[in-house]
Amino acid sequence: MTDVVSLVGQPLRLPLAELWFALLFFLFGMFLFLDGFDFGVGVLFATRDDNEKEQLLAAIGPFWDGNEVWLVVFGGALFASFPSAYANLFSRHYLLLFAILAALGLRGLAPEMYEERADDRWRRFWGYSFVIGSTMTPFLLGVFVMNWLLGVTGLVTPASIFGGVTVLLLTVVDGVAFLGLKTRGSLRDDARVYGVRAAASYLGLTVLTLGTVYAAEPSLRASFQSPLVSALVLATGVFTAGYIVALRRRRYYVVLGAAAALVFVFVGLIGWLMFPFIDRAAGLTVRETVVSTLPLTLMSIMAGVLLPIVLAYFVVLYSAFSGPIETGETY
Amino acid sequence: MVPVARTSWKTADKAVVSMVDPVTASRLQFALTTIVHIIFPVMSMGLAPFLVYFTWKEVRTGEAIYEQLRRFWTRIFAVSFVVGTVTGLVLEFEFGTNFAAFSTTAGELFGGPLALEGMMAFMLEATFLGIFVYGRDRVSDRLYFLSSIAVGLGTWLSAVWILIANSWMQTPRGFEIVVENGHRVVKLTDPLAAYLNPRFPYMFVHMQNAAVEAVALFMAGVAAYYVFRHHVWGYSIQHIGFWETTLKIALVALLITAPLQVIQGDAYARHVSETQPQKFAAMEAVWETDSSVPEYIVAFPTNVADLLNPRTESLFGVGIPGGASWLASGGDPQATIRGLASFSTQAPPVAIVFWAFRIMVALGFWFVLLALWGAYRWWRGELFEDDLLHKALMLSSLLGFVAVEVGWIVTEVGRQPWVIQGVMKTSASVSPGLTATEATVTLLGFATGYALLLGLYTYVVSRIIREGPPPHDDLADQPRSPPPESEVTTND
Ligand code: HDD
Ligand code: HEM
Ligand code: HEM
Repeated sequence: MTDVVSLVGQPLRLPLAELWFALLFFLFGMFLFLDGFDFGVGVLFATRDDNEKEQLLAAIGPFWDGNEVWLVVFGGALFASFPSAYANLFSRHYLLLFAILAALGLRGLAPEMYEERADDRWRRFWGYSFVIGSTMTPFLLGVFVMNWLLGVTGLVTPASIFGGVTVLLLTVVDGVAFLGLKTRGSLRDDARVYGVRAAASYLGLTVLTLGTVYAAEPSLRASFQSPLVSALVLATGVFTAGYIVALRRRRYYVVLGAAAALVFVFVGLIGWLMFPFIDRAAGLTVRETVVSTLPLTLMSIMAGVLLPIVLAYFVVLYSAFSGPIETGETY
Repeated sequence: MVPVARTSWKTADKAVVSMVDPVTASRLQFALTTIVHIIFPVMSMGLAPFLVYFTWKEVRTGEAIYEQLRRFWTRIFAVSFVVGTVTGLVLEFEFGTNFAAFSTTAGELFGGPLALEGMMAFMLEATFLGIFVYGRDRVSDRLYFLSSIAVGLGTWLSAVWILIANSWMQTPRGFEIVVENGHRVVKLTDPLAAYLNPRFPYMFVHMQNAAVEAVALFMAGVAAYYVFRHHVWGYSIQHIGFWETTLKIALVALLITAPLQVIQGDAYARHVSETQPQKFAAMEAVWETDSSVPEYIVAFPTNVADLLNPRTESLFGVGIPGGASWLASGGDPQATIRGLASFSTQAPPVAIVFWAFRIMVALGFWFVLLALWGAYRWWRGELFEDDLLHKALMLSSLLGFVAVEVGWIVTEVGRQPWVIQGVMKTSASVSPGLTATEATVTLLGFATGYALLLGLYTYVVSRIIREGPPPHDDLADQPRSPPPESEVTTND
């Protein structure tokens, strides 16, 4: 047993602090990409008739819970690797965090309740709850991410409002990509229309948000000079265009790929602008906030082993339910 | 931790009266949110072995009753899981929002288990639950059975990691304390000693057995209701065979778990007296160090004015002579127990710990009695005729959950004033920047929201129970057809 301990005590000779910082953004990106399906579907839920609502719920039914766990893992990983950033950030955005949790709770509860009874009033109530939860969660998460990036201590700023709308639109873009593979007929045709609009607005809002960030936070301007930022902004334009074209041509796997790329470009941009800080408001940098070598090495080994396995679970899950939804699928 | 400058609204709300102070509000909020959360994990951890068994039998024998059992209890599992997720997520974030000082100090040890719980347990559980709930017609029998195991394993692994985190706070090991930027920070030195701390095995066995026991009682209570209505009152119940089988399966589980819980609980209590003597003294309400301490069955303040003071010292008790000494030492009725007055820190609220412990132990013995009673009637072939037994089972259907709650109250209230035994005080663990207004607002929000949530959960579960199992003709005994290939194209 002491062998294990001494082995783990050896640093892996890797820039682990930076890798964990990147891993955090990867985890957040996975959450945004996968649960984005569900948020996007939840937003479009508002526009559908009863039969189509059933189809939307059936489409996300087997997936949403697993998707949401990426957020749990993000929170746990932040706690494990940068505990004082986790503590500072979460306690500083106290009310915002609880608002996110409430919205997320509503989103999780609503579909389950909706299916529980068939009468109109009940369904209308839980239908609204589902839409509100699915809209507010990505919006508030966007606000949180912008506050985090800018080191804002109050509740909201113009940049964080724009950030919230940006993330909300991104989940609609993502949800439409998911529906392209999961639905057929008029539902999919309507979704395509929303997808094109959401993608075009997303591009506009990204530019607007970045402009506001640039204006609001002089200390970030140096990071903006980096060629990587220009490349990522350019990539956003290219992938948006690709998304729209593929959607028009009904190339749904390409649509999904473009949506994934947009999500990861977005989180990459945030991560890049934030670095070397992990919590700008508290003046905490990645290097000085990271836990000591032993727990960091241990966690790296565990994450290195576990995350590929977790990805395999998702492959199993998504392939078990591949293809369009079939009617009457319940337990 | 680097202190964070808070903006002016922090000082502004000092003027607001009748706000709960941040430390008290955070503690109440944490207590409320875990007390509600634990209901759902207990339901899912306890149901897990039953579901694996039902699925196994269904796949192997193809008998309709097992499909009914699997489908009925899976509905309850699924609802519990959703509510468990919604409430669990809150806890994960609450360490940061409300206990920032604790999280900064102990994060190096405490964050790891939470991250691993997510990667190792929740991921497994949540992905395979998708297949388990929606995928019966989509996947092979084998993968379906495997997914029931994956779901069950996921719930149990999540208990492993969360209990590692909690047991470390009771018996902290494998760390050293360093001062960084003027703050005391816990550094991990020996992961194995920290994770496999002395409390962990006791806690894990006791918790998991409690979960199965609580669910067995719940199943028995629900089944007894239908059995009673059918056999005693003579109503015709559509699926009476289903409920009779459920009652028998639940009784078998109860017969195994109930005695085990009492026997293991006894060893557990001894371990607590060795590692957390102050908590043990509170469990027994022992103020002065003494030998031959009796095990009080009840104890009341001698002075009426002290009735609401949980720390009152002059007590009148009725007890078994030497019982507490016997419990602490494992058989010596004359052994010495260290009294609360001999510790340098203030005693935990003794009355809460004392009574919570008594309720748990009394329930533990009651469940053993119930199990034996049921077994005896079954053996005599009178299981479905004894209406008193049915009533007792119905009344006890939720008592397993009560025992779990009071057990946790012993554990958590009993370790006060420490949040990490001997290392960090609870009063020092709350977020420094948290204002009374913020803390009160969320506390009230949770009190309202969780009351609604519990009401909703109760409503939905009772509906499922009233509806009963799926009727036979709804079951798919016909050979399962794979999804039509024609529909599985992706481009049209
Ligand atoms: C069905 C539920 C149930 C039942 C019947 C019992 N317990 Fe229990 N008990 C729990 C459920 C529980 C629990 C909620 O699961 C706790 C909280 C923490 C833990 O590990 O288990 C607990 C805690 C707990 C503790 C506190 C440990 C600590 O501070 O860490 C002790 C000493 C005992 N138990 C002892 C007993 C004894 C002697 C029992 C019977 C005679 C008993 N329990 C029955
Ligand atoms: C699910 C079962 C649990 C229940 C019912 C429960 C109950 C409680 C209660 C009643 C308190 C308030 C104690 C007081 O302030 O007097 C508390 C506090 C606390 N518990 Fe638990 N607890 C549970 C599990 C856990 C676990 C698994 C952990 C850690 C992983 C944990 C960590 C804490 C912390 C950090 C506090 C706050 C500090 C304190 O007040 O001591 N609890 N819990
Ligand atoms: C006080 C500390 C606790 C924290 C921080 C916590 C955290 C969480 C989180 C984040 C989830 C949601 C996971 C998902 O999205 O699927 C969850 C669910 C769950 N928790 Fe807790 N939990 C705590 C206490 C406990 C305890 C004491 C147990 C059992 C021993 C437990 C067992 C579970 C289980 C089995 C689930 C899965 C959901 C379900 O099946 O109902 N938790 N918990």
